[in-house]
Amino acid sequence: MTNSIREIPQSAGYLIIGSNTTENHPVIGSMIKNEVQNNKKQLVVVDPRRIELAKFADYYLPIRPGTNIAILNGFMHVIIKEGLYDKTFVETRTEGFEDLKNTVEKYTPSYVAEICGLDNPEDIAAAARLMASMKPMALYYSMGITQFVSGVNGVKSTANLQMLLGNMGVEGGGVNPLRGQNNVQGACDMGALPATYPAYQPVANEDNKKKFEAAWGAKDLSMKPGLTLVEMMNAAHAGEIKGMYIMGENPVMSDPNQQHVIEALDNLELLVVQDIFLTETAQHAHVVLPSCAFLEKEGTVTNTERRVQPMHRVLDPAPLVRDDWWITMQMANRMGADWEYENARDIFAEIRKVTPSYAGITYDRIEKELLQWPCPTKEHPGTQFLHRENFSRGKGLFTGVEYTAPYEETDREYPLVLTTGRILPQFHTGTMSRNSKVLEETAPEGFVEVHPNDAINLNINDGEVVSVSTRRGSIRIKARVAGRSKANVVFIPFHFYESCANRLTVDCLDPGCKIPEYKVCACRVEKIGA
Amino acid sequence: MEKIRITIDGKEVFGERGQTIMEVARDNGIDIPHLCYHPKLSKTGACRLCLVRIDGRMLKTSCTEFAMDGMNVVTEDDGLKGIRRWLLGLLLLEGEHNCLYCDADGDCELQKYVKMYNVEKSDEDFPRNLREVDYVTSNAIKRNENRCILCSRCIRACKEVQVSNVWGFTERGSQTHLIADDDRRIGESSCVKCGACVQLCPTGALTFQPVLGTGLNWEFDKESSICIYCGVGCKIDFYKNKEGLLVKTRGNDDGPNKGHLCVKGRFGFDFVQSPKRLTKPLMKKDGQFVEVGWDEALDFVADRMKGIKDKGGPDAIAALSSAKCTNEENYLVQKLMRGVIGTNNVDHCARL
Repeated sequence: MTNSIREIPQSAGYLIIGSNTTENHPVIGSMIKNEVQNNKKQLVVVDPRRIELAKFADYYLPIRPGTNIAILNGFMHVIIKEGLYDKTFVETRTEGFEDLKNTVEKYTPSYVAEICGLDNPEDIAAAARLMASMKPMALYYSMGITQFVSGVNGVKSTANLQMLLGNMGVEGGGVNPLRGQNNVQGACDMGALPATYPAYQPVANEDNKKKFEAAWGAKDLSMKPGLTLVEMMNAAHAGEIKGMYIMGENPVMSDPNQQHVIEALDNLELLVVQDIFLTETAQHAHVVLPSCAFLEKEGTVTNTERRVQPMHRVLDPAPLVRDDWWITMQMANRMGADWEYENARDIFAEIRKVTPSYAGITYDRIEKELLQWPCPTKEHPGTQFLHRENFSRGKGLFTGVEYTAPYEETDREYPLVLTTGRILPQFHTGTMSRNSKVLEETAPEGFVEVHPNDAINLNINDGEVVSVSTRRGSIRIKARVAGRSKANVVFIPFHFYESCANRLTVDCLDPGCKIPEYKVCACRVEKIGA
Repeated sequence: MEKIRITIDGKEVFGERGQTIMEVARDNGIDIPHLCYHPKLSKTGACRLCLVRIDGRMLKTSCTEFAMDGMNVVTEDDGLKGIRRWLLGLLLLEGEHNCLYCDADGDCELQKYVKMYNVEKSDEDFPRNLREVDYVTSNAIKRNENRCILCSRCIRACKEVQVSNVWGFTERGSQTHLIADDDRRIGESSCVKCGACVQLCPTGALTFQPVLGTGLNWEFDKESSICIYCGVGCKIDFYKNKEGLLVKTRGNDDGPNKGHLCVKGRFGFDFVQSPKRLTKPLMKKDGQFVEVGWDEALDFVADRMKGIKDKGGPDAIAALSSAKCTNEENYLVQKLMRGVIGTNNVDHCARL
């Protein structure tokens, strides 16, 4: 997030696009609902499913999955055409406005309505006018913007809109991606990414290479960016990767195209899985290492607003269960390293030295202070919102982006659009939530959400077990007939191994950031025994 | 903000225009007894326990009365004490408040004031409506309305904190009682089990289902940590009993969540103490997992890794780090891959 959770009350209104906030980030969802319901703030919601926030919205636009860029361009078309944009901000803080203007020229409301499958083009214009009147407006998005082959362009579009409206670098504004895991922000910050060292310092840079060689006492650090997760699976499948170390992840459940992932893992000469349960992935391992769960460890985590917070040891682990960092250190030392960390605090001291944005953050400070990176020195108060006076590159760059269709379009054989996601009482691959009594009892099984019109056409009833197939595979799953999705769009949560959504999803990637297109693929729903 | 100066119990204190007497008192460390008031919620002035005497004459509920410059407030005198005892006595008569078998024993605001003011239940015969007890419909929340004092904190919590608008009052006068949605029971309603109402309930009317029978409130140990689920980073107080079993959670006000939690943050932690947890390293031998010691497992991994690296080069090895692990642990995994093995093949589920 460019801005902070505590700024939610400062916003005049919100655009929520591609985020089922009340189910996936419920506490932020509640804060937004409170502002809209009790403090008369305004709300525009764009989502293929009639999510809970749609009930609270001034305008709800149920677009076809994968058409975010079209609708954002449509909003900007209206805002530019009617002169509603923040001229001072555009003039003084940005460049590339003409490029954007030319790109969005053709995205008239009626053109956009056709792409997005909306009945009323006038709603697009009215929503755009309303957004331009909110000073400031905060934009929240999540995987409903990013999990497409056009994911990077979707993100650029959100930035275009917020710069156009002058909502960057102000309290209560911003582009605010909601991160789906407790420490996905921190894992990225720490360089658990194939192309960057900690604090996003590129590996393909001579200075960075020297800096880390000196810091780690290492020689010949590789300058060749590594493979991303789905690329690793492809390389393993092709026999190019032979050894894999997986700490606390469950790709068999979480990666697209499950069958391909299983074949890839079974092809490895060595698969080491370090986890708290014998997960679906661990079952394919040669070695499984038992590690501490979060309540048994100390350390820091960084949330979606870049806030670094301390975790405390609440429970003692079982006698032979070890901290994840201890296991990694043992492995390193047995391969020739001489690491001597006594505890997480020692490691954090080293992190501060090589991670400029964390340099001013200490264990003592985060026990008492609210600190958000960048925090370069011990005296620095942290950064509540980014881009206050300048963007990282100086002026904000508008990048006109065209709408492009999803990878897999529907056809006669696979006539419906499948989109996947989470539900409130469960989480990700279910390793934690499905082992928690209240959560598992509340939502014990998967379902495919089908629009009532589709249900009539397919002759299926609510609660009936149906078959859902794509070009990758097929599952059996209960139908939930609900007016929540658009017609021709079905939704399946991916938490349940019994009815695993990722047997169906497509593993095509965004060319820039390599994110898989979980949110759209073509599928077929059939009555069983018909 | 315009500063104002008022006198509370003879002490001169400062506040801001627009604050209530209760808020000025709290900001200055002065506690005025209250039940329906909660700083997170809108004000109703329903319980009357926070009555104060203003300028020696008027009695006003301090949670709703705005502080005015020069006001002289007395929070307790013999008259006010009498009123408080009388109010508490009425609450005891109206409900079925028996701390012996109440989950909130030791964590109850009504109990605190009853003890503070030394009130006993009158033996007067009072016509009392038995209200609903619902221990079964929800696996998350228990409701015993005979312990309800109709303060409406739960209704306001659901409307203003969680914003699901589930709770409401129905009927009037002595028949007034709590309903979920359009007169459903909580387990059959649209409740999303966030537990905000339970956390803010001042009595044992609403309690957490899983806490039952796990121990006494004053024997629980408390430690805070950060939620493991989504990226909001809610700060949570975890309570464990004498046997070390996790029993309940409360949202911590210092976190980004400002005390609020969702159903996962509230109830999603028994997996940590699940009997299915891994407890020893495992190695697959002849297609079966067998338990081994740490040295055997780690030596095997290191040898194989070195073998793969020698044969296929460092890029034949890859690692998935974890968005569920700490910064320190993620840092070490990428340092292992880059600094020890020599490859940048490290990623995690950021895009999933």
